[in-house]
Amino acid sequence: MNNLPDPYGHFDIFGGRYAAETLMPALLELEVAYGKAKKDKSFAKEFDWYRREYAGRPTPLYFARRMTKALGGAKIYLKREDLNHTGSHKINNTLGQALLARRMGKKKVIAETGAGQHGVATATVAALFGMECKIFMGEEDIRRQEPNVFRMKILGAEVVPVKSGTATLKDAMNEAMRYWVGSVRDTFYIIGTTAGPHPYPVMVRNFQSVIGLEIKKQIHKTEGRNPDMLVACVGGGSNAMGTFYAFRNEKKVAMLGVEAAGLGMNTKEHSASISGGKVGVLHGNKTYLLQDEHGQVRDAYSIAAGLDYPGVGPEHSYFAKTGRATYVTVTDKEAIEAFSFLSKQEGIIPALESSHAIAYAMKIAPAMKKNKIIVICLSGRGDKDAQTIIETM
Amino acid sequence: MGRIGLKFESLRARNEKALIVYLTAGDPSLDATKKLILGLENSGVDILEIGVPFSDPTADGPVIQAASQRALKTGTTLHGVLNLVADIRRVSEIPIVLFGYFNPIFAYGVDQFAKTAKQAGVDGVLVVDLPPEEASELRIHTDAAGLDFIALVAPTTGKGRLKTILKSATGFLYYISITGVTGTAAPKAADIAREVGNIRKLTGMPIAVGFGISTAAQAQEIGGIADGIVIGSAVVKLIDENRDSDDLKEIVCEYINKIKKSLG
Ligand SMILES: Cc1ncc(COP(=O)(O)O)c(C=O)c1O
Repeated sequence: MNNLPDPYGHFDIFGGRYAAETLMPALLELEVAYGKAKKDKSFAKEFDWYRREYAGRPTPLYFARRMTKALGGAKIYLKREDLNHTGSHKINNTLGQALLARRMGKKKVIAETGAGQHGVATATVAALFGMECKIFMGEEDIRRQEPNVFRMKILGAEVVPVKSGTATLKDAMNEAMRYWVGSVRDTFYIIGTTAGPHPYPVMVRNFQSVIGLEIKKQIHKTEGRNPDMLVACVGGGSNAMGTFYAFRNEKKVAMLGVEAAGLGMNTKEHSASISGGKVGVLHGNKTYLLQDEHGQVRDAYSIAAGLDYPGVGPEHSYFAKTGRATYVTVTDKEAIEAFSFLSKQEGIIPALESSHAIAYAMKIAPAMKKNKIIVICLSGRGDKDAQTIIETM
Repeated sequence: MGRIGLKFESLRARNEKALIVYLTAGDPSLDATKKLILGLENSGVDILEIGVPFSDPTADGPVIQAASQRALKTGTTLHGVLNLVADIRRVSEIPIVLFGYFNPIFAYGVDQFAKTAKQAGVDGVLVVDLPPEEASELRIHTDAAGLDFIALVAPTTGKGRLKTILKSATGFLYYISITGVTGTAAPKAADIAREVGNIRKLTGMPIAVGFGISTAAQAQEIGGIADGIVIGSAVVKLIDENRDSDDLKEIVCEYINKIKKSLG
């Protein structure tokens, strides 16, 4: 587990680099550049500085007293990634990749986005480092995450609407990859989650692992021990892997990844790749995938745009297969209830994505002993979701 | 030597260039694809690339994307495409390459796929998202079945990497003429001449050039450089524009005839 992935980006049977030849040299170049940066203390120092001075890290690990009391069981802590600059964990990764792009001398960046949080975080670092920025976003997501579209434009990015398929995250990623095939010589592709071809899954995981490292330090300070359980939502898997990774060797810490069950696991309208998919290859890696019997990728669905993706990062597939983490599901309806619950109990409006993690904790906390500790990754804030919530009311 | 190798040998002996045509199977229907293919053979097409539609063709431009979507809507599957090849084989010896993405093959089962494809009469496979680094899981089966494994070389492929690719390529080498997805730019002959020249220093394998060739003039120019050219998006577009015409086959064949003549 500690020396994965292998040099070709494989986590056991998952991961790899299933990419068009045109992109292969760029992926190899990125791997080398990232390998160098990883060993370079000045990169770590620079990254650290931006995380602290610009993004506002460390984020608090907040004891949710009223929520804990209302549920009547385990103690609940919230890792406040929503308090990062730009409002989600996505900035942890975009800062890392933009610094790398700068080292590689690339002045243009592109990204895909679903909820728009990764798009905003990319547009933000592009502005910060004076880079040209294009964001690919499905038209359905442009509609349901409008505030983030405005933010990206204000930050100086071009938002490219994607019409194909269901016009959501998968389609945005397809289009970003196609654009990259044509622009690969001078453009850096900032992938927003622990997916894509090697080295993206491992690189994004490492950039996000700060979440779990901070949790560990903070919980040891307040509780003097590790949590019993970590809970995080899983779209492509970056906030979850960031939360889990520091604890991967601590066998007593249970890890729960929450996938989106959309309208229900007994329907086709969900995004639960691990719970409801089969192994396949999409967007450069082998992983659990929603697909039909002929290997055609199925359209995912979730009320949370950031979870509305038919694949999942390969390391999560590996964690699922080995049993290191457990993957569960939460429906739209449960997520909406959790959204409202946290808003009213704690005065914190969570992103609909993060609401999936909250909802699962709400299901299991009441039956747990009061001395148990759950840490939930509150991956982002919910301002962007006001429109969606109003539409459901 | 398989049908592909023999074809290039006989073309070389006559000092001719290979005309390779790509079609998306099942667009507008598998039946139409079959009729088109048989017509194309008579119009002088040397090798066929039959596209297996995939839901997420990330290396393809809008034309082939749309064709794949249409083909999937009419229920085209890899199974159906293999049956189509078997059907064609009853009446034709034209070399056939299956062109597509890995997931439909993976879902079918790599072992079963190689066996069935060979039985059906497929000669080679080209899997866009399976670079040499990942190819072995399929190649152990396609090699055993005696199928050629067509490798792609891109304008971005450096010399060191090219050598690695050449080590395992069989059939012919497919040089991607543009830095971009299919059908989105016109190839630049001078750049291609230089790159193909560099590849030739390292291999005697036939080199075909494709991704963006659409006119007779381009065919002639690039045919003068490579051992073969691939026409893809241009044919797919023509098929779409004339999908409802009774003369679909004639229109497509007329266009291909023109290209063939310019190739010389
Ligand atoms: C707030 C928030 N949480 C979670 C996600 C899901 O991504 P990941 O699984 O990579 O953390 C997103 C994606 O857009 C998001 O915006």
